[in-house]
Amino acid sequence: MKSIFKNHNVLCLLFIGLLFASINACKGTEKENVSPEKIPTSTKIKGTINAELTSAPNVPEPVGNRTAKRILLSMEVLEETSEMMNGVSYTYWTFGGDVPGKFIRTRVGDEVEFTLKNHPNNKLPHNIDLHAVTGPGGGATSSFVAPGHEVKFSFKTLNPGLYIYHCATAPVGMHIANGMYGLILVEPAGGLPPVDREYYIVQGDFYTKGDYGAKGIQPFDMQKAIDEDADYVVFNGKVGALTGDNALTANVGETVRLFVGNGGPNLVSSFHVIGEIFDKVHVEGGNLINEDVQTTLIPAGGAAIVEFKVDVPGTFILVDHSIFRAFNKGAIGMLKVSGDENKKIYSGKIQEGIYQPEGGVIQAIPQKEQATTKVIQKTLSERIASGKQKYMETCFACHQSEGQGVANVFPPLAKSDFLNADKKRAIRTIINGLSGEITVNGNVYNSVMPSQALSDEEVSEILTYVYSTWGNNKTVVSPSDVKAVRNEH
Amino acid sequence: MAFIEGGSYAPLYRNDENNTKETVGDFYMDKSAVTNSAFSLFLEQFPQWKKENIKSIFAESNYLSHWENEFEADAPVTNVSWFVAKKYCESQQKRLPTMAEWEYVALADQNQKDARSEPSHNQYILDWYESPKARSPKKVKSTFKNKWNVFDIHGLIWEWTYDFNSVLISGESRKDVKTDRNLFCGSGSVDANDLMNYAAFIRYAFRGSIKANYCIQNLGFRCVKDLK
Repeated sequence: MKSIFKNHNVLCLLFIGLLFASINACKGTEKENVSPEKIPTSTKIKGTINAELTSAPNVPEPVGNRTAKRILLSMEVLEETSEMMNGVSYTYWTFGGDVPGKFIRTRVGDEVEFTLKNHPNNKLPHNIDLHAVTGPGGGATSSFVAPGHEVKFSFKTLNPGLYIYHCATAPVGMHIANGMYGLILVEPAGGLPPVDREYYIVQGDFYTKGDYGAKGIQPFDMQKAIDEDADYVVFNGKVGALTGDNALTANVGETVRLFVGNGGPNLVSSFHVIGEIFDKVHVEGGNLINEDVQTTLIPAGGAAIVEFKVDVPGTFILVDHSIFRAFNKGAIGMLKVSGDENKKIYSGKIQEGIYQPEGGVIQAIPQKEQATTKVIQKTLSERIASGKQKYMETCFACHQSEGQGVANVFPPLAKSDFLNADKKRAIRTIINGLSGEITVNGNVYNSVMPSQALSDEEVSEILTYVYSTWGNNKTVVSPSDVKAVRNEH
Repeated sequence: MAFIEGGSYAPLYRNDENNTKETVGDFYMDKSAVTNSAFSLFLEQFPQWKKENIKSIFAESNYLSHWENEFEADAPVTNVSWFVAKKYCESQQKRLPTMAEWEYVALADQNQKDARSEPSHNQYILDWYESPKARSPKKVKSTFKNKWNVFDIHGLIWEWTYDFNSVLISGESRKDVKTDRNLFCGSGSVDANDLMNYAAFIRYAFRGSIKANYCIQNLGFRCVKDLK
């Protein structure tokens, strides 16, 4: 008991000491007075500015060192039909025409004068609940607005952090499910530390009459939404909003900060970037910083700020690591990083081969002394049959059962100009392996084939089989042909 | 007009906690909403309600704003305030329907007087609420005729009711603390009767957002008449 008291006293002293230190620190600088309490109700407002609002994935300029200001902000609610994925359209309800809504960037102590406009062509009333607002409904009570009307309300940003905003008009779930959400950032005094790139991403789940990919205009499906049975789970409102030409970009050596929200309405996101580790995560968008994080959980109606330095070039895939959502429901984005390779950090593929745990043919093992096998005379058809069997054991995994190969990865053996042009090269390829760029039937392949530990007879039979079928030129390869190539050097 | 035989039903929201049923008596209802052409005849008769004469407390500045461009004479008149709609009905010796009456008629689809259990009926209503940009409503009687021989109760326009702004207000203010007139967030579901009736949620939310002087692009009206 006594010792606990002692510790407590020490802690108190420490705390008082810190308090003094921070007061002194404030006196010592010319900067505006940053009160040590978290609630800066008394922060002085200096000047008025119009808010800069951006569409995802872009974010407005950082607040930097600016003082707290009065911010005039106007947002328009639009009900619009646009594309969910190729050939699939959906009627979105939006803050500003896009899903997610416009990104709002403020600093702590700002006074935001918010005008919400409901477009005259809209059918429905709407409002806005900003999680950054302290007050009933987060603004929803004051912002309820009929089509063709506008309302104004104001609030002071008291707590720094990254917050979701959303529509909260009945039926709330339906308004959110149709895309009415976005992010508002409240930076601390002095701003977040500068980084090289900042992006804005919000995940959302969608419920449509037809299943994922069903063509045409897809209406909202209330029953699926209640059952939490999502057809689409996407970043930034649609499939492919962050892939291909829409991919995020960065250069090697830069630090990337992602403002990631989750609009829901139902699903929690396991946000992950494949091939990166988050150096810093502002857990749940708040002040707690976690470091060296692989996957961060983002609740529905919540957010997180993640930061990482990109060290190597390549495409990094953003996913909800509830992974079927990524592969089957659209929760995929891309970050393309360009710059020089750093082989120390990541080597790229050094070697690859087929791994067969039991017996079979293992790639690139040291060549045994060729056992002198008794040569049994086989007919051509026996040799082909035997070659086929060996092919199915050794070659089939890559070159496939009909010699068709795999597009862009493994070249075809069927009707292959590369194969038919040069028997010796074919033998060499099997016994020595082959890497680098080759052109087969007009397509370029740049891949690696490991050397195969096969006897002369086996090589000859496989090749004879391959040459005999799939429209190839019926070249017959004998074991002595293989031996000759082996002895080339 | 169509004859509506009275009855009772459980509405999404009710004013009296102890009474779970809403009862309506017999009445007649206009088969379709009041059209632009009918409304312009009314204005000839009562020029004080013309756009240039109307007192500003009775209608917003966008009163009849769709008349500035070409419009369909047989389409329902919209951009009209509650005050004007009420006056129109009175001029015809009729009145605006109460919310209870309107909702009672709106329960019906083509075949049944209460089609709330029909998923396709629900979906039809929701589809209209969801489809945006109904810039100019189509002609009246362009959607379905329901079991009461009333046209377009769903799928064409929103309609004024006499007591549109009474949602969730019991008359005794102390009773209202647990609900919220604006139906935001969860409070919208606290007193609701049928949580699957999203279409009704939307209608009540819409009514909660409007004021009597509002003029809205797809908000019109029809009248009812009591039996003699």
